[in-house]
Amino acid sequence: MNAVAQTNNIQLDENGRLRHFLSIEGLSRELLTEILDQAESFAGVAERTVKKVPLLRGKIITNLFFETSTRTRTTFELAAKRLSADVLSLNISASSTSKGETLLDTLRNLEAMHCDMFVVRHADSGAAHFIAQHAAPHISIINAGDGRHAHPTQAMLDMFTIRRHKGDFSQLKVAIVGDIQHSRVARSQIQALNTLGTAEVRLISPRTLLPAHAESLGVQVYHDLQEGIRDVDVVIMLRLQRERMRGALLPSEHEYYQLYGLTEERLQAAKPDAIVMHPGPINRGVEMDSQVADGPRSVILQQVSHGIAVRMAVMSMAMRIQERG
Amino acid sequence: MNQPRTLSILNGRLIDPANKVDASLDLHILDGKIHALGDAPADFKAEATIDASGQIVCPGLIDLSARLREPGEEHKATIASESMAAARGGITTLCCPPDTSPAIDTPAVVELIRRRAETSGRARILPIGALTKALGGEQLSEMAALQKAGCVALSNGLLPFGSTLIERRAMEYATTFGITTFLHPEEPHLRNQGCAHEGAIASRLGLPGIPEAAETVAVARDLALAEQTSCKIHFRGISAGSAARMIRRAQYDKLPVSADVAAHQLHLTDADIVGFDSNCHVSPPLRTKEDRETLRSAIADGTIGAICSDHQPHEADAKEAPFPSTAPGISALETLLPLTLRLVEEKVLSLPDAIARLTSGPAQILGLPLGRLDIGRSADVCIIDPKRQWQLKAEEMLSCGHNTPFLGWEFSSQVTHTLLEGRLVYQETN
Amino acid sequence: MNTRKEFMTPDAIDGLIKGIADALKARFKERGITDPVMIGIHTGGAWLAERLHQQLAIGEPLGTLDIAFYRDDFTRIGMNPQVRPSHLPFAVDDRHIILVDDVLQTGRTIRAALNEIFDYGRPASVLLATLVERSGRELPIEPDVVGIRPELRPGDHITLTGPEPLGLVISDSKSASRQERE
Repeated sequence: MNAVAQTNNIQLDENGRLRHFLSIEGLSRELLTEILDQAESFAGVAERTVKKVPLLRGKIITNLFFETSTRTRTTFELAAKRLSADVLSLNISASSTSKGETLLDTLRNLEAMHCDMFVVRHADSGAAHFIAQHAAPHISIINAGDGRHAHPTQAMLDMFTIRRHKGDFSQLKVAIVGDIQHSRVARSQIQALNTLGTAEVRLISPRTLLPAHAESLGVQVYHDLQEGIRDVDVVIMLRLQRERMRGALLPSEHEYYQLYGLTEERLQAAKPDAIVMHPGPINRGVEMDSQVADGPRSVILQQVSHGIAVRMAVMSMAMRIQERG
Repeated sequence: MNQPRTLSILNGRLIDPANKVDASLDLHILDGKIHALGDAPADFKAEATIDASGQIVCPGLIDLSARLREPGEEHKATIASESMAAARGGITTLCCPPDTSPAIDTPAVVELIRRRAETSGRARILPIGALTKALGGEQLSEMAALQKAGCVALSNGLLPFGSTLIERRAMEYATTFGITTFLHPEEPHLRNQGCAHEGAIASRLGLPGIPEAAETVAVARDLALAEQTSCKIHFRGISAGSAARMIRRAQYDKLPVSADVAAHQLHLTDADIVGFDSNCHVSPPLRTKEDRETLRSAIADGTIGAICSDHQPHEADAKEAPFPSTAPGISALETLLPLTLRLVEEKVLSLPDAIARLTSGPAQILGLPLGRLDIGRSADVCIIDPKRQWQLKAEEMLSCGHNTPFLGWEFSSQVTHTLLEGRLVYQETN
Repeated sequence: MNTRKEFMTPDAIDGLIKGIADALKARFKERGITDPVMIGIHTGGAWLAERLHQQLAIGEPLGTLDIAFYRDDFTRIGMNPQVRPSHLPFAVDDRHIILVDDVLQTGRTIRAALNEIFDYGRPASVLLATLVERSGRELPIEPDVVGIRPELRPGDHITLTGPEPLGLVISDSKSASRQERE
């Protein structure tokens, strides 16, 4: 068994069931498909009058966010509540670690509160793995984003969205545009797309925003937007952060938009029924213009509601069940 | 412990690369010095003997870089504890870098270290002094005074110089006194707060990368300075194959350049960080398999003249955090020899050459009459059983730091005795 | 030992289903129900409901429930990897519902189904029709219309197989009987 499979098997229990959800890497196509199928069931719940099922009643789910994030935290809270679980939300950035408490100590203190699951977001790559390795055995860990490494629930809701619109991955060409180097979303999306058998995964980005040895991730690299999105079925736009200008990675948002901004005109190069996605929040006029963001091919708002169903699926599957006897 | 005045080590295979000796020879010690090799002189009566049948007898090892954490970081380790660990590893001479707290930039700190070393008495400790005051990279330190106090080389630790001009001046001033400058080859801006080798694996794991160029840019600059100034420089800890190639070319061109590599760089690669194992977080980072192969060739052909431990013991907290937030470094004294001998098993180099990289090689770099078994020299000796299987276990380590990715590794040679100045400072009990 | 034997032929089952349909018609008349909707519980209840739905000429499309999210044993057995979504293509409020299941034993499935239905809205009434009613009740749940009440030995399991043709099978092992369905 190679080193990758071994270390990511921390995500599976002795029966091969999902136990922690830390990264797409190391999970089989069957398991990813099961997550998507379960999410379909949960999607129906949102359309009912009572948007809850009693599945996780009595369970306590704690959101441990070391990096602030309202959007992701709120969707995890909503998903947990729709499963009838009790939710605690902790913004650690404000309190303990600034007082010098180690991550391990924070963890131990929280475990004393009889929690069943932690949803963790942290600025360090590998933080979710670290917490999973040190958490008490009855606790499951869901990675809500660790450094630049992974954001697996985002990738799964993106896959869910693509599957709903396009069905079979094996015929699809998918382009991811923007700051790949700093993006945990992109890394997880690439892994999910490849595991699900996508025909072609393309990265479109200037040199400075590509990771080293990008092709080794299982993608084709383009520097030209027009060329890169020619005939694609899905265009995923990534968010550009202001810091990139300060770090001498890009000259300006203006030039970025000139070269990589998605406009209706540029979108013509893609297939006529191509869909446009974005993990949000969108910088209008930088990654895309409003015409595209609000246009008929944009599925960005659906991604948000899909996010709740997918997180409900992941949390239910990972929740530790009691052993018999 | 009553140490005998006279001691004979019998029946061993004596390997002394400095003198090109590899033969069945007995070794006789008198008053802490090597008295005779081969048959004992007629008037020599050994008060004690060590039967080294089936074992290797070689000079005590010289480690060019071992952080002992004193003064300033005694919560990580102390001179006393680490000297014991060194003795167990067959290491009789340790060079400690200047980045203690306070830095080794005054004779007072040198004296403090010397005295602590004497008290523990398990290893000879040769401090490497600071090139600049407080390692600040701006003002030159009192290098002549540091040399007089006992520093055997000078470096700026892991910290950069304020400018290349200051680096040049520091090298030249050191050369006034015949002192070798130890350089840490890293361009800090290219390093850009990375924590892993910038390659396919770091890209996949989303770990900020340290490109190869961070090392080769610094090596190129420092080689150019060495050529300009004819100053003797030593690269302390290279990691990139290209750096080894550049140094080989410079040596071919007769520049006064030497280099060492940490033992772990000859075995581990960036593939080993895949589980975010913080014990594999080191600086410079573990690079690719190709780099490892090139470093191994450079060790074999002598371009890299020494293998050192780059010992950096840490307390548990320093490694118990997500990878990027952990402190880099391995507690490495106890694996320096085993990892080097493993290279012999893997046919990278011969046994005498391997021992040379741990004895005569470092001695030559320091320009000191150590690491050899000449008559009249200090009896620093290491006896190794090449057929003793053992496994590295945390609870059995003598170092205060248990931060090593080699826990659980099986090794086939073990030090049975270590002598420093003729005194037995370590004996294996089984 | 896993023994399986056929308990009833497909033709006989069809006869039972017709009997259930007739009994339901009588109930509708008794209660003055004119426009009921039907919900079948996966998997066997849905197969039965398809036939009843047709025979009773029910106006609204058939609803199906997968009670996976309402089971009371989730903490012991976890998520089923094959979940079919519940599908109720009509509003539940103020409707008369015919709930259809294949085998009524402990009553827990019906309890879960009722909880799920009530999370969709507030029905006017619920009539329970089951093909088989057998011993082993653990909750106070009673059917309104039953196809057959077989006498079973302790340790026997009875299972509806299908979807075409429908069959009733008795086995002495729960796993053997489950294999038939999946």
